[in-house]
Amino acid sequence: MSGLTRRQFISVMLSASGALVVGVRSAAASVTPQVPMDLLGEPLTSLGAFVRVERNNRIVIGARGCEIGQGVITSLPMLIAEELDADWNRVRVEQLPYGYEVGPDGPTNRYGPQGAGGSTSITDGWKDLRQAGAVARWLLVEAAAQHWQLPHERLDTEAGHVVHPDGTRLPYAELVERAAGILPPAEPVPLKKPAQFRVIGKPARTIDARAIVTGRATFGIDSYLGGALVAVMKRCPHLDGSVESVDDAETRKVAGVREVFVIDGPVPGSSFDTNLAAGVAVVADNTWAALKGRNALKVNWKPGPWAEESAAKLEAQAAEALKGDGTVVRSDGDMAAARKAAKRTLEARYQVPFLAHATMEPPHALIKLEPDRALFIGALQNPDGASSVIADLTGLPREKIEIRMTRAGGGFGRRLENDYVAEAVMIAKKAGKPIKLFWTRDDDLAHDFYRPYGLHQLSATLDRKNQVTGFAHLCAATSMNYRIARKKERPPGAGCLEADDFPAGLVPNLDKRFFSLESGLPRGPWRAPLHTFHAFAVQSFIDEIAVETKQDAVDLRLKLLGEARELDYSGHGGPKFDTGRLAAVLTRCADAIDWKRKRTDGRGVGIACHFTFGGYAAHAFEVSVDGRDLRIHRAICVVDVGRVVNPLGVDAMMVGGTIDGISTALNLAITLKDGQVQQSSFGDYPIGRMAQMPNEVEVIVLPSENEPSGAGEMGIPSVAPALANAIYAATTVRVRKLPILPELGRRL
Amino acid sequence: MPQANAKVDKEAAPAAAEPAPIELTINGETFRHTGAPDMPLLWYLRDVLRLTGSKFGCGVGQCGACTVHVGGKAQRSCLVPMSALSGQAVTTIEGLANGDDLHAVQQAWIEEDVPQCGYCQAGQIMAAVDLLKRKAQPSDADIGQLTNLCRCGTYPRIRKAVKRAAQLMAEAKANEAKSADARTRMHDGKPGEAKS
Repeated sequence: MSGLTRRQFISVMLSASGALVVGVRSAAASVTPQVPMDLLGEPLTSLGAFVRVERNNRIVIGARGCEIGQGVITSLPMLIAEELDADWNRVRVEQLPYGYEVGPDGPTNRYGPQGAGGSTSITDGWKDLRQAGAVARWLLVEAAAQHWQLPHERLDTEAGHVVHPDGTRLPYAELVERAAGILPPAEPVPLKKPAQFRVIGKPARTIDARAIVTGRATFGIDSYLGGALVAVMKRCPHLDGSVESVDDAETRKVAGVREVFVIDGPVPGSSFDTNLAAGVAVVADNTWAALKGRNALKVNWKPGPWAEESAAKLEAQAAEALKGDGTVVRSDGDMAAARKAAKRTLEARYQVPFLAHATMEPPHALIKLEPDRALFIGALQNPDGASSVIADLTGLPREKIEIRMTRAGGGFGRRLENDYVAEAVMIAKKAGKPIKLFWTRDDDLAHDFYRPYGLHQLSATLDRKNQVTGFAHLCAATSMNYRIARKKERPPGAGCLEADDFPAGLVPNLDKRFFSLESGLPRGPWRAPLHTFHAFAVQSFIDEIAVETKQDAVDLRLKLLGEARELDYSGHGGPKFDTGRLAAVLTRCADAIDWKRKRTDGRGVGIACHFTFGGYAAHAFEVSVDGRDLRIHRAICVVDVGRVVNPLGVDAMMVGGTIDGISTALNLAITLKDGQVQQSSFGDYPIGRMAQMPNEVEVIVLPSENEPSGAGEMGIPSVAPALANAIYAATTVRVRKLPILPELGRRL
Repeated sequence: MPQANAKVDKEAAPAAAEPAPIELTINGETFRHTGAPDMPLLWYLRDVLRLTGSKFGCGVGQCGACTVHVGGKAQRSCLVPMSALSGQAVTTIEGLANGDDLHAVQQAWIEEDVPQCGYCQAGQIMAAVDLLKRKAQPSDADIGQLTNLCRCGTYPRIRKAVKRAAQLMAEAKANEAKSADARTRMHDGKPGEAKS
C-alpha cells in the first residue's frame, strides 16, 4: 500500500454531464471512507475511476450501473474492456458504489450516470465509458513508449499487453505504475473503428453468473449489518388514509419484538417525497419475529379522501372525460374537416389497467444512521434520488451518505422511486438503530407507483380508396406525473401519450389529446412506460382498420410508414424516428412468421410494431383458442436496437420482454375497490408461469451500424397488440380491454 | 438478531425455558435450532445461518424463489416450519455443488446464460434438480410442470438449460459406466473388484 499512497495517481473522472474530467489527485486523498477498501486492495493499481490492474495482470473493471436484470454489470464493462484492449475472459468486474462527490466545481459523480431508466445505460456508456477505457489504454501505451523509448504511435495493444513493433509484449501490470504518473491527454482519445472490435458485438455471458447459480450473489435483501434490526410495516390499505388507533399488546408479547411505533404517511395531496403510506412499524430481532408481531397488531384505520374510489367509477369517469375538450398533445391539418370529408370513419376504444411492478425481490433497505454519516445498502434504480432522500430526511450532506448498490431482483421502474428508502430512514431515526426494512409481497402489491390506467379512443377517417386521411387519438388517463415533484413542470399527458408516436407525421390530419383523470393511486413508470400503455391501442386499431377495409395488416402499416425517411421525434428516444427501420423490423417479422400463409387449422397470426426509446421492434404470434385455453404456438420478436454490444444480452432482453409482455397482457391488472388495492399475492396478480408461455421466443436482431439504443424496454410494447391481433385472427373476437384472458373469457 | 455463527449455534445448549431444540442437517452440517419452532426454514436459513441463496418472493408458497430440498425433494422453504424438520436433511443452493465442481444444472444454467436479475434462479435450479431426479429426460410438458415464477421471463432459457443439464447428466452417467466397465475388465471381469 505504501507505494500507492506515496505515488500520485491520475484520476479520470466523468462529470455528471458526461464530459470527461481529468485531474491529478494524491492517492492518499482518495483513500476516504467513500471509497470502499475492497476497491483499493494491496496488489493492484488504479487507473482512473473504472480500471485497476492487479500484479498478475488481471484487469478489474468497475461496473457503475444499477444491475436490475438488464445486464449492465456485463455490458458496461465490455465497453471499457474494448477500448482498453483487455482480455474479456480474464476481466473481473466489481460493482461500484454511488459516486457522489463535491469537486471544485460543485457536486459531481465520479462515475457519470448510474441510474437505470429509459434504456439509457448503453447509449450513455457508448459515449463516455469507451472514452474512459481508451484513456486508460493511452496511458499504458504512453508508459510503454517511455520504457522502450519509442513513439507512442508505433505501439499496439492486445489482450492486456502493449506490443512492441518486434512482437515483444509487456503486460499492463508492469506498466501501470508508470502509467498512473502520466498526465492524460487534453483532447479525447480517438476510439476504435467497429472493424477493430474484439469485445463489442461478441456474445458475453452474465459476468457474475457463477455467483448467482451457487447462491452467493448478494442482492439487497441479502445484506445484513451487525446491530441492525428487522422492520416490517403494517401500512394503511386506504389511499391517503391514516392510523386512528393501535392495539399492540399482542405484538409486544412476541419473542424478539423490540419496538412498535406509528409512522406517518405523506400529507394527502403533497408530493411523494418520502414514504407512500402511514402505518405501524414493528421492529424485531429477526424477520419472522417482525412478521409475527405484525400479524398480531390490531389497527383501526381512518380512510382518506379516496375512500369511494373504484375501478368501475374510474371507467365511468374516463368515459365522461372523453366528452370534454382535453389538452392538445399534437394537432396536424384539420381533423374536423377530415371527418366531414370522410367516406367512412372507424372508431374504437381500448382500455389498459393499472399495473404493479411486482419485482421478485420486493422493496427493502438496509440503513445505518450515525450523527455525521449514513450508510445505505440495497437494490436501487436511482441512487441519486436515494442519496437526496436520505439527505433530506437526515440533514446530512450528501457526500457523507455512502450508497452501495447491490444486484437487484428486478426493477421495471419500481426502484426509480425511493419511498422505501425514505421509510427505512424514518424508522431508523425513530428506533435509533440500524434498520433492515423488509416488504412482503402483499405490501409490494398494495403500495407501488403503478403504471397508469387509461381509456384510449381512436378514430380513423378513410377516403373512397380506403386511404387513412385522418387519425385521432384521445387518451383519458390517470397522469403519470401525479404528485411527483420532479415531474411537476411536465404536461399532464407526459408519460401517457407521446406527441410524435406512430402514425404522427404519416397522416395529413392528426388529433391527439389528453384527458386527465382523478385517482388517489400513486403512479410511476413501468417498463417502457407510455409505450406499453398506448401501443396496445394504436397497433390494435391499425389491425381493425385493415380488417374493416379488407387490407393486409402488414401492407397497411407499410403504406402508412411510406418511404424510408427520418421524422422529428420530440419524445425520449429521439430526436429522429426512422420509418424505414420500423418497416424493416415489421417486414422481417412478417417473413419469419410466414405471414402470407393462410392458416386453416384454427390458428391465427397477429403482428404489431413499435418504436421505443430509439429502438425498433415487431412481434408476431401464432395462437389458437380452445374453449378458454389460449395457446401460443410461435412467438417472434424482431428488433433493431442499433449496434449490439452484447448479443446474448440483447437476446435475453427480447426473450424476457416478450414473456413479460405476454404475462402482463394475458392476466395482470391492479384494481381498486373502496379506495383500496384489491390484489395481494401472485394468486390474484398472476405473473405467468412456464406452462402458459411459449416454449421459445424466436429473436431476430437486425444488424445495424446505427448508434446503440439500449435494449431493456423495446421488447415489450408491441407484444400485447400482436397477441390481441392474433386472437382476433383465430377467433374473430376483438379484445379491446387488458388483461386479455378475463376479457376473452367474458366474450367467448 | 442472533449473530448465529453456525459453529456457535451447533454447540449452544438450550436454555431451560426455551422450546426443545430441533436438530437437522443443512448441506451436510448438523445444526440445532433453539428459537421459535414455527419459524419457517427460509428465515432460519437467511436470518440465522445467513445462507441467503434461498430467496423470499411471496412467503406463501406461490413463487418458488425459496425452493430447497428436504430429504432430497423440492420444498418451498417459506412454508416449512422448523418444527417439521427434526432429523431431516436439507440441501440449499449453497450446498448443491460439490466444492468447486458445479452441479450439472448449475453448469447448464451458466452455459445457457439463464439469469437476468438472477433473484429467482436459485429456486429454479433447485426445482430443476428435483425434476431431473424424477425424469432424467424430461419432455417439454414435464419441464412445464415447473411452477417457479420468473418475473424477467427467462423461461425459454430455463427450458434449454434443463435439457442441457439432462444431457450433461446422461453423459456423465455414460462416462461413469464406461470407466466402471473398464475397471471391471481390468480385474478379469470380477464385478466385486470393480470398486478397488
